[in-house]
Amino acid sequence: MIALEFPFTEEKVRALKVGDEVALSGRVFTGRDAVHKYLHEGGKLPEGVSFQDGIIYHCGPVVLKDENGEWKVTAAGPTTSIREEPYQWQIIRDFGVRGVIGKGGMGPKTLEACREHGCVYLHGIGGAAQVLAECVTRVINVHMLEEFGSPEAIWELEVKDFPVVVTMDSHGNSLHADVFKSSSEALAARV
Amino acid sequence: MNALTESLIELIRRTSAEIPDDVQRAILTALENEKKGTIAESALKIIERNIELAKQKSQPICQDTGSILFYIDCPVGLDQIEFADAARAAVKQATKVGYLRQNSVDSLTGKNDGTNLGPGAPAFHFHQHRGDKISVRLVLKGGGCENVGAQYSLPNTKLNANRDLDGCRKVILDAIVQAQGKGCGPGILGICIGGDRATGYNHSKEQLLRMLDDTNPNPELAALEADIVKTANELGIGPMGFGGNTTLLGAKIGAANRVPASYFVSVSYMCWAYRRQGCELNQNGEIQNWLY
Ligand code: SF4
Repeated sequence: MIALEFPFTEEKVRALKVGDEVALSGRVFTGRDAVHKYLHEGGKLPEGVSFQDGIIYHCGPVVLKDENGEWKVTAAGPTTSIREEPYQWQIIRDFGVRGVIGKGGMGPKTLEACREHGCVYLHGIGGAAQVLAECVTRVINVHMLEEFGSPEAIWELEVKDFPVVVTMDSHGNSLHADVFKSSSEALAARV
Repeated sequence: MNALTESLIELIRRTSAEIPDDVQRAILTALENEKKGTIAESALKIIERNIELAKQKSQPICQDTGSILFYIDCPVGLDQIEFADAARAAVKQATKVGYLRQNSVDSLTGKNDGTNLGPGAPAFHFHQHRGDKISVRLVLKGGGCENVGAQYSLPNTKLNANRDLDGCRKVILDAIVQAQGKGCGPGILGICIGGDRATGYNHSKEQLLRMLDDTNPNPELAALEADIVKTANELGIGPMGFGGNTTLLGAKIGAANRVPASYFVSVSYMCWAYRRQGCELNQNGEIQNWLY
């Protein structure tokens, strides 16, 4: 397990390789369909928010207010990433994103952006909503809640030892492409 | 609130927070079968911990609490309209208390009114029988895995699949390779050979009501099920598509008649977060016993 801590500099990210298990600590921003489309269409990030050396998490968390009026994340697993494939490369390039957390992997455009700009794709464990919610230690802030609604808003979360696996690195390697190839070949030998 | 509604809220809670025993056993076996120190093993360990944590906290196993599918076996004369009303009230309440996520969206306006109720939601499948028991089964079918389901029309030239069981085998295995880890594997397949496009998918989902360790009464289908699981697990897709020894936890295949012109194979993919539970109810709508 490799500990990766905020700020997520290009140097730290470039050192990661496909297959590395990472325990992530620090600040991450959730962003899914609405945010990606908005930024792709030229939308601006709200005042004071920067993705530079930051991590975007493809997640629509379940967040409730507790008795003291504090936000509390009760479920926070990754959502399918491939839907952001048309937009992700551009957001990596324009906003200095160093890591993308999600599930299912992404395609060649994102892989190329990771290589060119120094970014990694970090695979969360799909469905592990409770384990992952326990790794969210604090809700720092929420942005664009009005515009996008709770699951689609930009939640600024503090995480501690959040478990992910590097499945696309900044050197052009993709575990998803590799497994697809090897499993297709294994199947061809069995039909 | 009447007894029936209360029973159905408990059914929803239990389905959402507790993995059935047969599935948990299969996941534990998968964990034992993975090589120590691999990312596949790590993934399954987190999955196992998540199962325990959800149960302990009575919270959804996965935040996508899925499409809500009710399967009701009932005596002739049960008032189905009244039953469905009680179930809708239960869904609304279960959503309010967080057993279900606000998960149902108007397809035209994109609005989510937060109740999980609307056209086709939840879905009901009533089957009458001559006995006097009412049994209700519930499946919460996640979206990520639903997206990797597939329906094939045979013959399929590209896959060299003809209208026979070998052709069925080819397209089912193709569906597994196309899905990779995207359906949150290791997965469980419900499959229907035949039917029209709608009944085929419906039958494929009903296969998911079977116990994971049962044996298909049709020997040919039993052999095909075993072969699919064995072959799938030789492909090395593994948990989450990370590579590894367990790609599938099970495959359940049924058949429905078809018209001579059509030959469909419908594959429904269920994620490891296999949320299905059921109970028998007495005449007052109280839970008598659990089915899984
Ligand atoms: S596929 Fe299943 S486990 Fe994965 S996110 Fe969807 S409901 Fe959850």
